[in-house]
Amino acid sequence: MLGLRDVTVRYGDTPAVDQVSLDLAPGHVLAVLGPSGCGKSTLLRAVAGLEPLSGGSISWAGADLAGVPTHKRGFALMFQDGQLFAHLTVARNVAYALRLRRTPSARVAARVRELLALVGLSGYGDRLPGTLSGGERQRVALARALAVEPRLILLDEPLSALDATLRERLAGDLREILQKAGTTALLVTHDHEEAFALADRLAVMRSGRLVQDGAIDEVWRRPVDEETALFLGYARVLREDAARRVLAAAGLPGAPAVALRRSALVVDASGTLRAAVESARVTPEQVRLLVRADGIGVLDAVAPLGTRVSPGDEVTVRTDATRLSVLPVAAHP
Amino acid sequence: MRRVAGLLALAAGPVLVLGVLFVLPVTGMVAQGFVVDGRFAPGAVLDVLARPRVHRVAWFTVWTSATATLLALGLGLPAAYALHRLALPGRAAVRAALLVPFVLPTVVVGVAFRQLLGEGGPLGFLGLDQTPAAIVCGLVFFNVAVVVRTVGVAWEALDPRPGQAAAALGASPWQVLRTVTLPSLRPAIVGAASVVFLFCATAFGIVHTLGGVRHATVETEIYLLTTTVFDLQAAAALSVLQIVVVVVLLALAARLRATPDPTAQRAVTPARAPRRADVPVVVATALVLAAMALPILTLVLGSLSVGEGWGLDNYRALGTAGDDRALLVPVTTALVTSLRTAVDATWMALLVGVLVSVVVTRRSHSVGERRVRSALDGFFMLPLGVSAVTLGFGFLITLDQPPLDLRDSPLLVPMAQALVALPLVVRTLTPVLGGIDDRQRQAAASLGASAWRTLLTVDLPVVWKPMLAAGGFAFAASLGEFGATSFLARDESPTLPVVIFRLIGHPGEMNYGMALAASVVLASATAVVMLAVERLRVPGVGAF
Repeated sequence: MLGLRDVTVRYGDTPAVDQVSLDLAPGHVLAVLGPSGCGKSTLLRAVAGLEPLSGGSISWAGADLAGVPTHKRGFALMFQDGQLFAHLTVARNVAYALRLRRTPSARVAARVRELLALVGLSGYGDRLPGTLSGGERQRVALARALAVEPRLILLDEPLSALDATLRERLAGDLREILQKAGTTALLVTHDHEEAFALADRLAVMRSGRLVQDGAIDEVWRRPVDEETALFLGYARVLREDAARRVLAAAGLPGAPAVALRRSALVVDASGTLRAAVESARVTPEQVRLLVRADGIGVLDAVAPLGTRVSPGDEVTVRTDATRLSVLPVAAHP
Repeated sequence: MRRVAGLLALAAGPVLVLGVLFVLPVTGMVAQGFVVDGRFAPGAVLDVLARPRVHRVAWFTVWTSATATLLALGLGLPAAYALHRLALPGRAAVRAALLVPFVLPTVVVGVAFRQLLGEGGPLGFLGLDQTPAAIVCGLVFFNVAVVVRTVGVAWEALDPRPGQAAAALGASPWQVLRTVTLPSLRPAIVGAASVVFLFCATAFGIVHTLGGVRHATVETEIYLLTTTVFDLQAAAALSVLQIVVVVVLLALAARLRATPDPTAQRAVTPARAPRRADVPVVVATALVLAAMALPILTLVLGSLSVGEGWGLDNYRALGTAGDDRALLVPVTTALVTSLRTAVDATWMALLVGVLVSVVVTRRSHSVGERRVRSALDGFFMLPLGVSAVTLGFGFLITLDQPPLDLRDSPLLVPMAQALVALPLVVRTLTPVLGGIDDRQRQAAASLGASAWRTLLTVDLPVVWKPMLAAGGFAFAASLGEFGATSFLARDESPTLPVVIFRLIGHPGEMNYGMALAASVVLASATAVVMLAVERLRVPGVGAF
């Protein structure tokens, strides 16, 4: 298993990665989530052996990897844009690592067929990378990375170069492929959707530091502070009095800060909060509202499709306790 | 159709210039061989090509050029990597220093190698003076810079991520080099090799000074046949042979030269700190540098040695016309002539070169237009490889009667030198102009900028530095031009390279010392110009 202890990478005087410690057990997929420039890609490159450490250590199964060059680590790295070798055909790209190991050509051919089938690109073997679409290229890059069954696969924003529909489809495929192959994976991304779609563990990074890590649903339910909550897709953070009023409406004990998802408030006659509608917008699944509640301020709320509300209307809203998260007190900035 | 017409109108000037000053002289020279007594008689030319001596000369040219090309590649590739990918201290200065030999006057290189390898020279004990090995050494010295530049610039622009992806897949550094890096560099390497071969095969000054009378290449043979033997038919036959080979090679190089994709970011990868594994490459680069410095050092020391001691006597003598009246004018006068000529040649080459570059890099809207452009591109590259001797002699025999009587024009020599420098200018400017995303111009136009205004806002800020660099490069090349100038310069107003050649051919110890001193002066002048050019930090200078 992969172990990071106080890993630090500096560019000149500025630390890009600052004392990060992480563990990743075999068979798990860990997503390192953070805004761009937070040092997550540097962390990934450090694990791959492409960035020298200024401090700390990276180990695999207890053995320190310091001094082990990239090509001897047995970690496959998949770049954001695939980085296929443009002068080699798809089959030659996939077979690249196998040929390096002087695998007999019959076995190579069989394995390439198998991998291309796994990523859903059977029959693409003779094409050149230049003729493929972005999604196809990413699949080939994945097949190439999986060819020699790496101990760990490192994914650098594997889906972000793709358009929305393709991203969703490939995310599902990717997860299935990783599970089927039983591969341990470390992926970095700035997109929480991508992290949720692929990973079972989550680590949140900010300004080079690790701010939270754990099982993905745990992190998602209990963000450690306001910034993390907003980054994980929470819509709003309430404090003090406003927080207490919303929590009281949900039947929960008071707390100094609470993060709300957009669907934490639902228009419902049985609700206990009264609010005035500021705006309403219809989406394919529900009506999204902005409402103003007394003593709280403007909040997001949802209503079932077909609800007829217009700005100025008075409504009652119910609070869904599963869609809010009490933040620790220390989170106050 | 309108666009093609506009294109041809813009191209008309440069085409006319090249037509009169290049095609006419060269065909005139070639026609000497094919037309006997007013009749077309190609038989005689074919007879020439069957002569055993011609076979020997051709074979000698091919094998020395091929050997020199391979050696230049072998020495240049590690240096290209070390100087363009590793953050070595003082690498900018070293890069500039390595470019100097390329623009050093060929005569100076010849003199330096004779000083190094000749009797009494530091390497005289090797007995290489006036051997093919000496010629190959000279050619390599001259061309390593081309390899370092061309391949180095490509290497610098190479995305490091595919290599890292390969390493993550288990490829060792050596395997990454073999399977990823070298295939990506292949166009640059093959391009450099073909250009170097071209330069070697048409080299005149070096072979002329180092080979003596025993060893002749096609180029020196043409010179010998025209000036000494007066066998114009044979000379024409060799010229044709040379032109055919050059055209084929240039076409090949053009096919392999990757055209810049304007939509792709031309990012330069930041150099990384050298590691222990880089030691062999750095050592190899240091050795190349030492090998390059040796002839120059010998030259400088030779120029400073007087009798048994040291002194500046040789430099003081530059104000005279030499022992035994070797020259008609003092060397200093020749230096002034050289500088003046080079200035004229530079503005001519820049004027035509900028026009040519604009014409060949504008985006084509139809297949026909693209064909016209690429044909023009190839056409303007021709002077790069056509024998300067052919050109010079062609000038003499075709531009000698009205309305084109230029024999007495003071612009005759500058024009010939401008032609020789033209491809260097075009090669420096086209990648820059071609690298400008055409959508930038469209954006400017859509915001209401006129064509002229667009040129000022989009093209000029990008191109002014490369233009200066190209100018400097052309200036340095003209300063050292020898092949064509040796034909055209009049006896009473010779250029410095011509004077140097005359001095080494003239007996007298003082004359030889003066030749060395004059060589140092000429080399310093070109080196200063090249250092200034290097300070402009234009990546394409010297790359083909």
